[in-house]
Amino acid sequence: MATVTNPIVKQKQVIDKAVVRFAGDSGDGMQISGSQFTNTVALAGNDLATFPDYPAEIRAPAGTLPGVSGYQIQFSSSDIYTPGDSVDVLVAMNPAALKVNLKDLKSNGILIVNNDSFTDADLKKAQQTSNPLEDHSLDGYRLFSVPLERLTHSALEGLGLDAKSMNRCKNFFALGMTYWLYNRSMDHTYRWLDEKFQKKPLLAEANKLAMKAGYSYCEATEAFQVSYEIPPAKLAPGTYRNLSGNQALAIGFVVAARQAGLPLFLGSYPITPASDILHELSMYKNFGVTTFQAEDEIAAITSAIGASYTGALAMTTTSGPGMALKTEAMGLAAMVELPIVIVDVQRGGPSTGLPTKTEQADLLQAMFSRNSEAPLPILAACTPGDCFAVAIEACRIALKYMIPVIVLTDGYLANGAEPWLIPSVDKLPKFPVKFVTSPEGFLPYKRDPDTLARPWAIPGTPGLEHRVGGIEKQDITGNVNYEPMNHERMVRIRAAKVEAIVQDIPDAVPAGDPDGDLLIVAWGSTYGAITAAMKTQRESGLRIGHVHLRHLNPFPRNLGQLFGRYRKVLVPEMNMGQLSLLLRAKYLVDAEGFNKIQGQPFKVAEMEKKIQEAVNGAGAKR
Amino acid sequence: MTPTALPVLTKKDFQTDQEVRWCPGCGDYAILSAVQSVFPELGIPREKFVIVSGIGCSSRFPYYMNTFGFHSIHGRAPAVATGVKLANPDLEVWVATGDGDSLSIGGNHTIHMLRRNVGIKVLMFNNRIYGLTKGQYSPTSEFGKKTKSTPYGSDARPFNPLALAIGAETTFVARSVDVMQGHLKEVLKKAAAHRGSAYIEILQNCNIFNDGAWFHLTEKDARSEHIVHLEHGKPLVFGKNRDKGIRMNGLDLEVVQLGNGVREGDLLIHDEEYRNPTYAFLLSKMEELPGFPTPIGVLRSWNDVPRYEDIVANQVKEVTAKKGVGDIAQLLHAGDTWEVK
Repeated sequence: MATVTNPIVKQKQVIDKAVVRFAGDSGDGMQISGSQFTNTVALAGNDLATFPDYPAEIRAPAGTLPGVSGYQIQFSSSDIYTPGDSVDVLVAMNPAALKVNLKDLKSNGILIVNNDSFTDADLKKAQQTSNPLEDHSLDGYRLFSVPLERLTHSALEGLGLDAKSMNRCKNFFALGMTYWLYNRSMDHTYRWLDEKFQKKPLLAEANKLAMKAGYSYCEATEAFQVSYEIPPAKLAPGTYRNLSGNQALAIGFVVAARQAGLPLFLGSYPITPASDILHELSMYKNFGVTTFQAEDEIAAITSAIGASYTGALAMTTTSGPGMALKTEAMGLAAMVELPIVIVDVQRGGPSTGLPTKTEQADLLQAMFSRNSEAPLPILAACTPGDCFAVAIEACRIALKYMIPVIVLTDGYLANGAEPWLIPSVDKLPKFPVKFVTSPEGFLPYKRDPDTLARPWAIPGTPGLEHRVGGIEKQDITGNVNYEPMNHERMVRIRAAKVEAIVQDIPDAVPAGDPDGDLLIVAWGSTYGAITAAMKTQRESGLRIGHVHLRHLNPFPRNLGQLFGRYRKVLVPEMNMGQLSLLLRAKYLVDAEGFNKIQGQPFKVAEMEKKIQEAVNGAGAKR
Repeated sequence: MTPTALPVLTKKDFQTDQEVRWCPGCGDYAILSAVQSVFPELGIPREKFVIVSGIGCSSRFPYYMNTFGFHSIHGRAPAVATGVKLANPDLEVWVATGDGDSLSIGGNHTIHMLRRNVGIKVLMFNNRIYGLTKGQYSPTSEFGKKTKSTPYGSDARPFNPLALAIGAETTFVARSVDVMQGHLKEVLKKAAAHRGSAYIEILQNCNIFNDGAWFHLTEKDARSEHIVHLEHGKPLVFGKNRDKGIRMNGLDLEVVQLGNGVREGDLLIHDEEYRNPTYAFLLSKMEELPGFPTPIGVLRSWNDVPRYEDIVANQVKEVTAKKGVGDIAQLLHAGDTWEVK
């Protein structure tokens, strides 16, 4: 029996925000620990942003550097925009996870290490020549070296589980420790375990015991002196849920179909990081959703075109390499002028590239990949929650203008999550669709004068039998036509139709200062880092404006007029400068690129530094 | 209650005002004419027909049919048509395609549409050549064939389209010939009556780039020696004097002379519904054996295999019956939510 000593006096500190990262082998359940922690802090009312970072290999050899999987979350009592540059608490389940992630831990940060997996063999797999737990290389951190596996095993003793099954509970021991550190209730995770292991109550029990043991370990161990409390954030009033970008897109599409009064058709082929949209939509059959897992990317989009021809709200979802395969069919959709939505969840490229890492390098592909002149409208989402609004907006434009619309998100938005203010259903836009029903005056390419949309006449409608196809159309009749002047006219009409969408796009209003030192023009998932950096830089006296473009083709009508109000224009992008190329070409503006191509999002500190450099450079130039 | 009478349609109702732009003498004219004759007889309203095509001479087909039509891109007609069928299973969807479109660039879509058993009828015009690009060898061209792209003879073994379709578990597989109008129409009618996927190879002449592609089958005198008609429940007999037949010998087929103790009753009796896939496969490979005729007619017809579009639609129905019509507010509030005051 343990001797009863003086009760340990523990301190509680109230802080504003924290960044926690769980890191381990891809089989260690780090994504589960991370998402459980996330849901728990979300339910407690914190603002948050997450960044799951996992390898492309499902299970790289255990314990090796390529097999390391991580999940990072920043949560706070005030507004936050990113998952955080550096980490306050790092949980490392093995030497490989430690080696890969240590560089991001703040100095004097909390480091929880599973010392049961630091044998010579483990160290060798992680290419470590000496044991960091013994060689003083971790002296700059608050190291908690914990026999996580042995403690988990002893907590589960008597349940009758084999060693392997017990081992698989150690992620919940680690989760329990972090719950203690941040004074969180374990109730949500208890409920989740009961639901998840409904048919295997023993496993639910085991994970609960492991989590409780982790919590109690911190409570009982003298080493853990301080725990932290982060009060709820002051978010806008309403009901919230936690939402990832891919989920947001999926439910946005379901809502759009309902608001349009159409059945939804998704043609898709599995590809990282877009597959979750297919998974999500395939659950919603009772919303009139048909999902078709096609034989390839081309069938995915061409089946969507066939469904659109037949009157469905049709879409296809993919990532960069799949987008490349769809290009010919996108040209067909542009030619037959049918509404479809094409989602590209961008990832690192070219070719297979970095399947699980993020990048924004498909903008020019979206702009120009079709053969000949085939401009298409392009929209981009800027946060996970924004994917919902962009999904609806893309469908609305596609249906109103009878045109294929491209939506760009990226791996960072797709897998990242944030608290999302649930909109009220009656405030969602409605855009009911009317098919042509009367043969009187029907001509397949006779257009609406405002939108240049052609009529949507679906098979099954008596008297409207007509033919469409990829061959050039005669204006108005839609008959096959090769005449030179007709072709030029049709090319210009198709381009004018894209341009006409500008009437549906609100003017750009810079966030921050309406004039001054620097205008930041950007798009997509860089939103959070730019917003956070701009806040600190404006507080330090710089005058900065920020335009974050949702519409990338066409641009808002007034965009060109904004550049002159600032001394300099900066365009941060996770690519070699694709938006800046478009801005330079269209507006002859001396836009400076800030480009990061590492498969990782911008850090706030990087952005702050660049803003300072850009402004100082601008000053020197004057 | 009397059902609403369907308007009586004629061949003319299926013709368009567009000038037909195939080469004079092309076999495609005969196929167009046969389809335009058969469609009015099916008792299906004209607006329910959708004809989808890819690229190639045959793929101009939709422009000449006064139905809904979609001239898509090279090879992709089965995928476009699958989208049409999934969006509205009640439509009567036909695909017009060729040996290059269906078996080369569109091979993947073809086999997947067929294995899913989507209720689409495929008219595969096989002229064993690329016509629209002016004469390169196709995936059905004979080995060694000299074409523009194979001046020293083709270097690749050809596909046997029907063997491929049977391998993909196609539920209706048939063959006919452009110049045999009566036979072609009968096969088209049988295909129309089939619920699942139908793959119909139509042997077709390209009088410009591959004239006489099927001469040994179409030439009047030789025809009956080189063709065996497959008729359900009837023995496999052929020859000018109907004096030859085909029978099983172990696991092989053999050609036998009738008479001298060999009677029709000893021959193979055609059963298009026969479940062992080896049977239709043997028929499809027969023409490759020396001394054997080419079979035309319906090789296989399995009409009890569920259609893909019905399975998909039923799943939607079943889930809706179980969960009720989806409620948007519930969808938005799914999972854990919390209030901020």
